[in-house]
Amino acid sequence: MWRAIAGAALAAVLGLGATSARAVDVPVAVAANFTDAANEIGRAFEQRTGHKPLFSFGATGALYTQITQGAPFQVFLSADQVTAKRAIDERNAVAGTQFTYAVGRLVLFSKAANVASEAGLRAGTFQKIALANPTAAPYGAAAMEVLRSLNVLAALQPKIVQGDNIAQTYQFIDTGNAELGFVGMSQVVAVSGGSRWVVPDNLYTPIRQDAVLTRAGANSTAARAFLDFLKSPEAIAVMEKYGYAKGM
Amino acid sequence: MPLWSELWPAIRLTLELSATTTLVLLVVGTPIAWWLARSRARWKEAVAAVVALPLVLPPTVLGFYLLLFLGPFGPGGAVAPLFGLRTFAFTFFGLLFGSVLFSMPFVVQPIRNAFEAFGNRPLEVAATLRASPWDTFWSVAVPLARPGFLTGAVLGFAHTVGEFGVVLMLGGNIPGRTRTLSVAIFDYVNTLRWSEAHWIAGGMVVFSFVVILTMFVLEKRIGRLRGG
Repeated sequence: MWRAIAGAALAAVLGLGATSARAVDVPVAVAANFTDAANEIGRAFEQRTGHKPLFSFGATGALYTQITQGAPFQVFLSADQVTAKRAIDERNAVAGTQFTYAVGRLVLFSKAANVASEAGLRAGTFQKIALANPTAAPYGAAAMEVLRSLNVLAALQPKIVQGDNIAQTYQFIDTGNAELGFVGMSQVVAVSGGSRWVVPDNLYTPIRQDAVLTRAGANSTAARAFLDFLKSPEAIAVMEKYGYAKGM
Repeated sequence: MPLWSELWPAIRLTLELSATTTLVLLVVGTPIAWWLARSRARWKEAVAAVVALPLVLPPTVLGFYLLLFLGPFGPGGAVAPLFGLRTFAFTFFGLLFGSVLFSMPFVVQPIRNAFEAFGNRPLEVAATLRASPWDTFWSVAVPLARPGFLTGAVLGFAHTVGEFGVVLMLGGNIPGRTRTLSVAIFDYVNTLRWSEAHWIAGGMVVFSFVVILTMFVLEKRIGRLRGG
């Protein structure tokens, strides 16, 4: 009884209608870099509202392709602004719902000590450097921008291997198949050891990650509640824990 | 034509990988098929099952194990330094290794079937004519099993062309070196470049149709020659 009252009170606080008392599933498409943060935020959201987010992780481009073909995702957490805007322009998402939920930070990471650094990148004494597919994953595009900013792209081009998304990119590094690579801060924030270089902001365009309510979620109060929850101090605290800067 | 210059490296790589895989499999697979067809060992079906595993296993299983096996902390990493590498992942050799395992049942099974089909009689006859086993193999068994070799080679080649999961997990998507056609399609679809995707995908449908049709026609023709 008490729980029900508390739940209803919280739902009211979160701006939900009376209909939201019934717990529903919210399918959410999430850019791979946001995986850990999303899982944690999802648990908190479920505790607060009873609604259960069902996350599908992947490269932003891949997820949006699925959305264009009628995937049932109600919320789309893109890793960039372009794809989120495109979703709205192409009427696959609801106008006016786009906002930046987080700003991602790019890290050059290696499992070995003294490898991942600006000097190491310039020296280029490694065989393989991993980054996410720059045409499909915004973190990959940012990594290319860094290589261009440092004027090392031409020299390193033959050493580049691409993960399909930022998660596979980290996997290449973690399995040791690439000595180092560009990943999201969130992926290595809980990893100790190795070496890392947090890439300075001035070397790449900030990775503003935007969320939208998709057409499939247009009538879902639970989906809207999830988007609102992303702006809550609780969710922001989780994002900061994973190394994201605040979006709004 | 910019599209062509973009697609050509992927096409060439795919053809090279498939051709090399087929060659390796004919060399490696023939003795395996021969042994499977001739041996009376009780456990030979267990070996046959291992060879056939990729028919059932998700490519991701193979990709996962290969990534660890070929990587710097696996056996591959112990051998790679001999070639000046840290890992065989992201290399043509790595893809070849994966493709050989992945396409093996498609080559071994038809050859084995062909070896079994003609029974012991031709080999016994050859033996009574004092042909050495080696000679018998080359001048009796292989010619008799020709349809099996043909089917195996065509299927092995085609199956490697169509390989995706292993390449995606092991390749690192390097243009011209590990970016095969199937991965290129995946890329184009994910980046919403559908006209490029259509070109390759449509081409693949035509290619596959031609391959299978050719095989059926050839098999029939060989069968008829035999019969007549």
